[in-house]
Formats: sequence, structure tokens, C-alpha cells
Amino acid sequence: MKLSVEQIEEIAKLARLELNEKEKKMYAEQLSAVLDYMEMLNEVNTDGVEETCQVTGLEDVVRSDRAEECPSEIEEKIIENFPEKIGNLLKVRAVFSEAE
Amino acid sequence: MLNRLTIKQAHEGLKKKEFSSVELTRACLKRIKERNKDINAFISVFEKEALEEANKADEMIKKKKSFDGAQGKQKMLLGIPFCVKDAINTMDRRSTGAAKILDNYIPPFDATVIKKIREQGAVLLGKNNCDAFGHGASNENSMYGPVKNPRDLTKVAGGSSGGTAAAVADDMCVFGIGEDTGGSIRQPASFCGVVGLRPSYGRNSRYGIMPMASSLDTVGPITKTVEDCAIVEEIMAGHDKLDATTVPSQKSVKSLKSIKSLRVGVPREYFYVDGMDGEVKKMIERKIERLKDYKTCPERSRRIEIVGVSLPMTKYAIPVYYIIVPSEDSSNLGRLDGIRYGVRAEAKNLYDVYAKSRAQGFPEEVKRRIMIGTYALSAGYYDAYYRKAQKVRTLIIQDFNKAFENVDVLITPTSPFTAFGIGEKKNDVLAMYLADIFVAPAAVAGLPAISVPAGKTKSGLPVGLQIIGPRLKENLVFHTAKLIENYAR
Repeated sequence: MKLSVEQIEEIAKLARLELNEKEKKMYAEQLSAVLDYMEMLNEVNTDGVEETCQVTGLEDVVRSDRAEECPSEIEEKIIENFPEKIGNLLKVRAVFSEAE
Repeated sequence: MLNRLTIKQAHEGLKKKEFSSVELTRACLKRIKERNKDINAFISVFEKEALEEANKADEMIKKKKSFDGAQGKQKMLLGIPFCVKDAINTMDRRSTGAAKILDNYIPPFDATVIKKIREQGAVLLGKNNCDAFGHGASNENSMYGPVKNPRDLTKVAGGSSGGTAAAVADDMCVFGIGEDTGGSIRQPASFCGVVGLRPSYGRNSRYGIMPMASSLDTVGPITKTVEDCAIVEEIMAGHDKLDATTVPSQKSVKSLKSIKSLRVGVPREYFYVDGMDGEVKKMIERKIERLKDYKTCPERSRRIEIVGVSLPMTKYAIPVYYIIVPSEDSSNLGRLDGIRYGVRAEAKNLYDVYAKSRAQGFPEEVKRRIMIGTYALSAGYYDAYYRKAQKVRTLIIQDFNKAFENVDVLITPTSPFTAFGIGEKKNDVLAMYLADIFVAPAAVAGLPAISVPAGKTKSGLPVGLQIIGPRLKENLVFHTAKLIENYAR
């Protein structure tokens, strides 16, 4: 499987990752090599084999759908971690803008 | 030299008042100061806070009280200094995951396992360098520089929990907590010559561990002895309502009631692979030979049998692992976007905030895994990669189940080779991925596995021996590990 620079750009866009030209070239080569290696799995016959999504065997692990109060000192610590804020509010760029 | 003590020794010494927790903590901090500039095992050291915690522990010891105020037996970890991989959240202590995107992140909570350890009164010394978010097998993928192997500073410490293994090996702490997704505790433990346990998936809570591959991640101890490892694991284990994958009822890891005889399986696929170091192979084989000679073993009433077994799916564990991990990784890392916490890049619009924060805050390997995972999960490729890998994963589990019908535990080398040179494999992505060849299969199957020191090569580098057990049978794994540690010298 050979990946082109255009494909790399598409994947990077999906992943919200800015890449420079050098990185695009490097990842195109490396991803192609890694995916080739993965082809090894095609040797294995998996007809009728179930997928393993989890290994614990636990089923129906539920909890009540109830909001729990967040202690105010934890709330303060979370707000303290905001990269930008106005008062206690998180500041972000506009969700709808002409650029995108 | 208090820093060289094991948990057991430190606990006894504190109890008998031979020394205080403050003295023990100072000894570790002094060692860190002397050695960390060469080894780079720590990203953060909390000197002031650690001494405060030690002081508090000394008061508790004096009053014979535990932190919850109850009178009674002194808690095993009270006053014992430890360190934690930086990809595990610690309340009010910077936790970067070794990536710049979290350079300023101060978690408002402790991971459940850390909470349990700190409730015992253990003293948190600092946070260990690692491959960023656990991505790597050499600890060269940290944005805070590589960790060097304390046994030979030109070699890697292994990864991803390299800083923790190096800190334990170099006596900068009494014990450490690491994280193992595909070998990240066992492989560095092997490279540095210490003990490291990957518990069964579902035994220890993953709550508060920075998630990498959710269906594989585990958190476990790195220690100086097998006994210490069991002590810490017993404290960490247990159901947690904050992690729905934890198993509700668990047996003690120390329970040995059912062990009358021990059948040890030796899988040939772990001894004959390309790149296998002949000296490592011989050393592990010699250990197994010694185990066979159970007459030398003081517990000789317990019969030990060694049988050859075959695990034909072994070679597929790496491709399975490197599809499942980047896929789950790319999805988990979506949360790191510079919005609510961490470092936000300067940008004019929202898309660029995401794309630039992630570009600047992630190292090369993290980006590579996000790219592989995004591709493997994207429309049209999901069946060919992720679903296929999950099916082969079933066959790997069946392989182990079949082997465990006939044997109690499996013994293998932890790694085909000893610690390699810094920079040696850095630019060869596949060679680096293959470093996990003996540690990935147990991870893919969710099995418990431990690495114990098996001696040193002629050039002085540690070799690790791996014991893999059936799911939730940590007791068998620890029992065998103790036999190796004590009687198979």
C-alpha cells in the first residue's frame, strides 16, 4: 500500500494535525511501510472468528444516570487549567467563522 | 544509603524507628539530585511537598495512627517515598505525559491507583520521564529528552515507563508506578534490571491513567524485589466504580493455597526469532534449567515440571498490536486539543487552534500513531485493518488458552536483546516496534505478566525473564517469580 502526500494531507485534516512538507513526505513513506507490514495479517484465516473487543467478559456494567455535584475546590482547579478565560468562563475562538 | 532499601526493609525500619520518613525521603531526594542530570528519569521533582508529606507520615508513625485517624497496624506504604510515570494523573502535581501540550497541566484529581497508594501515606517524590503518552519502547519519544540506562549511560532505559524503571534501578526512590499497554512496564524493567508487573486487564483501575489504547492499558508497580511488587499490587488492585472494566470480585495476589505442583510452559516461539541475542537466550534457558532442578528449592514439596509448548500465533501479536493501539490512540488523543486544559497555540480560527496546538504539543511518534490510527479507522479501511486485527486477537487469546490447559505459567525472555544504544533504532520505525515482540502477546490477550531480573550479560547489561499467567492468576505469576528470584540463581 503506497500512500501519496495528498492522502497524508487528507488524514492529517481528519486528525486536526498541522504537518509541514517534510513531515508529510516522511509520514507518507513510513505509513506505507508500516501498512505493508500489517498486510502480514492477511496470511491468517479469520473466517467465522469473532472479534475481541474486550477481554474481561463483564456484561451490562451500568450506573444510575444521575449528575453528581462537583466540589467547589475541584471546580476551581479545573478553571485554573483553562488556557484562556474571562472570569470563570472558558474562552475559545468562534465556532462559526468565514475562514473554515 | 536509606534510598537503597526495599519497601519491606523501609517499612520495618520506620516501624522500629531506626530512621524517619523525612530521613528516608531526603536520601532519595539527594540521590535524585546527584543522578538525575545524567539519567533524566524525572520530569518533575516535588522536594518541598515530599518533605511535608514525609513529616506528616512521621507524625502518624509516632502517634501510631493512619491517615484516616484510625488506630491500628502501621500501613505498609506509610512514609515510603515513590515516584510515578508522568502519564498518570496526580492531584495538584504537574502531569505532562512527557508531551509539551500538557506542559502546564495540574490535574485536579488523583488516578484511583495513586489515590489508594497516597491514602496509605506514601510520599510522592516526583513524576517520571516516559515516551510521550506511553508511545515507544526506548523512552526516546519524550519531549523532555531521552532517559538513560543507569547501568550504562550510552544505552536506552527502555520504554515507555523508562524513567520509572531507571529511578527504581538507580535507587532514586523505593518503588515506582508505571503503565503497560504493550510492554511498557516489563521491557524497561528488563533493560534496567528491576521487577515490573503488568497486571491482568481489569484488575487495577485505569481511572486517571492518560488513555492510550483503552482495551489494552494497564497500570502496575516497578520495584526492587518480587515481594515488594506483590505488596504494591495488592494495594492497587480492586474494583472501581469509575472504571467499568474493573473486575468486581478478585482474589488476593498472594493466595497460594491451590498451588501444590507447578507446570511451567516454555514456548519455543519466544526463543527462535530474528535478532535474538544468543547470550540472552542462554541465560534464560539456564534459569529454566535451575528451576527444573527442584531439589535445590527449599519448597521442594511443590513439584515443578517444565514442558515445551507452542504458541503459533505469537508472530502476529505485533501487527495486531500496532493496528489496535494507534486506532484507539488516535481516538483517545482527540481530547488533547488545547481547548479546556494544556497549552493552546496562537491561532486565528478554531480549526487552527486544534491543528497547531497538536502540531506543536505532540512529538513525532505521537503524530505518527494518530496518522496510522486515523487511517485504519477511516471509512473503507476499518474492516481491512481494525476488524481484522480484532479477529486475529481472538486467535492469539485462544492460543494462550490452549497452552494454559496444559501448564500453569509460561516462561520467556522479556526481550530478545538487552538495552540498545541511544539513537540506534530511533529512525527505524519497524525495528522499534519489533522491540515489543515478546511483551505484546500477553498484552493483547489481557494476561498478567511480570519481568524479573535474570542476571547480567558479560558486558554488564541486565537481562529480564518474563512469566505470563492465566487471566487474574497473579498469584501463580508471583509464586513463580519468587522461585526464580530466590532459588534459581
